[in-house]
Amino acid sequence: MNASHDNSELQELYRDLILDHARKPRNFKRLDNATHTAQGINPLCGDKLRLYLCVDPNDRIIEVGFEGSGCAISMASASLLTETVEDLSVEDADACFGAVTGRLTRQSTDIAAPRNVDLTKLKALDGVREHPSRIKCATLAWHALHAALDPSQSIATTE
Amino acid sequence: MSQPRLNSPTDIATCRDDFPALHQEVNGHALVYLDSAASAQQPTTVIDAVARYQREDHANVHRGVHTLSHRATELYEGARDKLRDFVNASSRTEIVLTSGTTESINLVAQSYCRPLLQPGDQVLITWLEHHSNIVPWQLVCEQTGAELIVAPVNDRGEVERDQLRDLMTERVKLLGIGHVSNALGTINPLSEIIAEAKNLGITVLVDGAQGVPHMTVDVQALGCDFYAFSGHKMYGPTGTGVLWGREALLEEMPPYKGGGDMILEVSFDHTVFNELPYKFEAGTPNIAGTIGFGAAVDYLQSVGLENIHEHEKSLHDYMVHKLVDVDGIRLIGTAADQASVQSFLLNDIHPHDLGTILDHQGVAVRTGHHCAMPVMQRFGLPGTTRASLGLYNSSDDIDRLISALEKARQVFA
Repeated sequence: MNASHDNSELQELYRDLILDHARKPRNFKRLDNATHTAQGINPLCGDKLRLYLCVDPNDRIIEVGFEGSGCAISMASASLLTETVEDLSVEDADACFGAVTGRLTRQSTDIAAPRNVDLTKLKALDGVREHPSRIKCATLAWHALHAALDPSQSIATTE
Repeated sequence: MSQPRLNSPTDIATCRDDFPALHQEVNGHALVYLDSAASAQQPTTVIDAVARYQREDHANVHRGVHTLSHRATELYEGARDKLRDFVNASSRTEIVLTSGTTESINLVAQSYCRPLLQPGDQVLITWLEHHSNIVPWQLVCEQTGAELIVAPVNDRGEVERDQLRDLMTERVKLLGIGHVSNALGTINPLSEIIAEAKNLGITVLVDGAQGVPHMTVDVQALGCDFYAFSGHKMYGPTGTGVLWGREALLEEMPPYKGGGDMILEVSFDHTVFNELPYKFEAGTPNIAGTIGFGAAVDYLQSVGLENIHEHEKSLHDYMVHKLVDVDGIRLIGTAADQASVQSFLLNDIHPHDLGTILDHQGVAVRTGHHCAMPVMQRFGLPGTTRASLGLYNSSDDIDRLISALEKARQVFA
């Protein structure tokens, strides 16, 4: 592998969109009026975040926030998640969890599900698929989302 | 002890050829291995000793009358003799073979401390400790009602000696202290600390996992009561370790696990336990690994621990000298006496991102909390990047680290 190939692989992982979201995470805030919340912990890395959701009586997510600390991949993924699931129904948001984690762990090839939700931006996370030790960084926030929407769970771990 | 084959630290460069794993490309670059504090690579002599045993001599130890069992026993017990010599224990009965430092410390916690500790007693450790020198004490304190107390460290990563002294009271039944901090590289002034503890009658266990690869260890000269270490930190196989303990203490301690090999006679009413050290070695041990552990001792002694110490010290000085010139670097752990381990941060780049970028360039470092979360919390950090040097590293490796860090700065520019 030559130096330029080397660079391109790194750029694939740390795309501008990822670095931008990592540096300026969107919706990085605690929601005191959250109806659903869950913590995501990656014990291997020490990445730790808490996700807050405000869900209205019609099961629509009207506000999303998160706080925590972690690597650029985990922070960017959480930030992108908040943009993605705001205004979605609980059912569609949970379908996004399945679609995104399935794609990142290569269990499915398409990111199209669910209908009417544009997940194109999340393809920016695809670089982690070449880095097995980093996939969990990218899926952490999504596991927290899934846990928040499941009344039997309050902590999601990547293990 | 055998005479070192090397005359000076400059000859040590030839040792790199003894380690086959170092001669490979990773992600298109010649491997630079800077993670020996997590696990050191093994020289050919260790790999061959294990393979030869597996091919030619394997049988169970201490059991059969047949030839292979005899050979396996000779090799296994021969390793114990080498380890006795390595740390200058007064007797081979003081060398308990374990699966590693973690098991050695758990053995002391459960066999020595558990029967001894009463509510109100204390176990004293420091903020520098690895989880394996924290959690076993937490468990035994929960079991007995004793209290775990912790001596603080200063901003350089050195134990606060005055406060450690203040915490040493008649309530403290055991001091557990690392020889060298795995996260920060701090070398504790053990002789002085042990003398202070012993004056007060406090039993001292030293977690020597990070000590034995870097310097000569003489347990009798140190004056501690227990010294625990692992094979794989000193160029031997994983799953091997030693608990050295004073014979008088080991004699009084009850068995830690029950099973075969640790008994003299068993009936359903009563069991007569075997003598030291076998009383603590239930079940078929890691025979192959221990033979490799013995070969690692031979290797270290052939290179010479003084040579290794000098080489690593000058290389660590060079690494620090180069690191401080990298824009945005912050060293974590700047003790006056430091082993060849250096933690650092680069700008606000998270250690895991940095580790990935370095790996892309063939440079292997450890990132994260280094199984020492409390000391990370002490510095208000989720983790660091850590470069740890072994006897096989060179200044070229440091130069590669520095240029890889420059690349990381560009990616995150």
